[in-house]
Amino acid sequence: MTTTTMQTVRDDPLVIAGRAFRSRLIVGTGKYRDNETMVRAIEASGAEMVTVAVRRVDLDRTKEEGILYHLDPERIFILPNTAGCYTAEEAVRYARLARAAGLNDWVKLEVIGDQRTLLPDVSATIEAARILVAEGFKVLAYTNEDVVTALRLEDAGCAAVMPLASPIGSGLGLVNPYYIREIKRRLSVPVIVDAGVGTASDACLTMEQGVDGVLMNTALAEARDSVAMARAMRLAVEAGRLAYLAGRMPRREVAVPSSPLTGMLDGGPSGA
Amino acid sequence: MQATGDQIEITLNGEPRRVPAGLTVAGLLAELGLHPGLVVVEHNREILERARLAETPVEPGDVFEVVHFVGGG
Repeated sequence: MTTTTMQTVRDDPLVIAGRAFRSRLIVGTGKYRDNETMVRAIEASGAEMVTVAVRRVDLDRTKEEGILYHLDPERIFILPNTAGCYTAEEAVRYARLARAAGLNDWVKLEVIGDQRTLLPDVSATIEAARILVAEGFKVLAYTNEDVVTALRLEDAGCAAVMPLASPIGSGLGLVNPYYIREIKRRLSVPVIVDAGVGTASDACLTMEQGVDGVLMNTALAEARDSVAMARAMRLAVEAGRLAYLAGRMPRREVAVPSSPLTGMLDGGPSGA
Repeated sequence: MQATGDQIEITLNGEPRRVPAGLTVAGLLAELGLHPGLVVVEHNREILERARLAETPVEPGDVFEVVHFVGGG
């Protein structure tokens, strides 16, 4: 059965800035109940890339460890973010600090414009993207589901554009599949849906729109069983991708029988 | 470390802090029990490359940010 699947639909790896990933699921590392759960969830998700944040070292509690005590950058690709930044300058500062850690020159650019919705400040995001691209960063930009902004971010040289499914941490799922499909249709760089996925069906539905990948954190961290949800998400992303590649049947507002209309016995409603 | 007892005041991660005079930034990290390979230091708003930690002196009034990677989405 696996062989048949492989023969009928062949998927390419996800390629961002020349780097290939077999998994189309990217996961965050925040808010897990403990580090062991986080590590096991990442493992179960099959993700090859995880996001991390840049924060001050807690100098008073010396036992407070950085995330790299738990994740091996040789085994998993670390994508630093600029989460929590509200201006382009601040985001650029965080990105530079992240790069100075010496792992890579990638950044998940996030410039927030509103505290309640955590929706992006798109003009500041575009401004920061231009600066960071000029400095040689591979910029993966978090944005809203607006195609014009997505096009501007691509023009700015972003390596990937990451529209939201719904607000960060909301778990509301994919609220605007049409806009997400339009962004995917119009951009050449990978489109990764970032934020808002709450459960496996959200991830599957998102991947069915034809996007290149999904990034999530809270859906795993806040699940009652993070490891089980991580496995569910892995399967959902694969299922959604495969369904997209397979090409769904048309939607019809009438029923069409699946069994033959011929060969029926006499005496039925249409019988003679 | 010289046991002169002289101390200077710097700002470290937003807080005033007294540290021994005559330290390098590498020495400051050692004093704080931090592994230089796992943190990034910003010195007066400029990122301090790791190769320069041992040659950069800590001066009175210096402002340092010492950051690392933590869990995030």
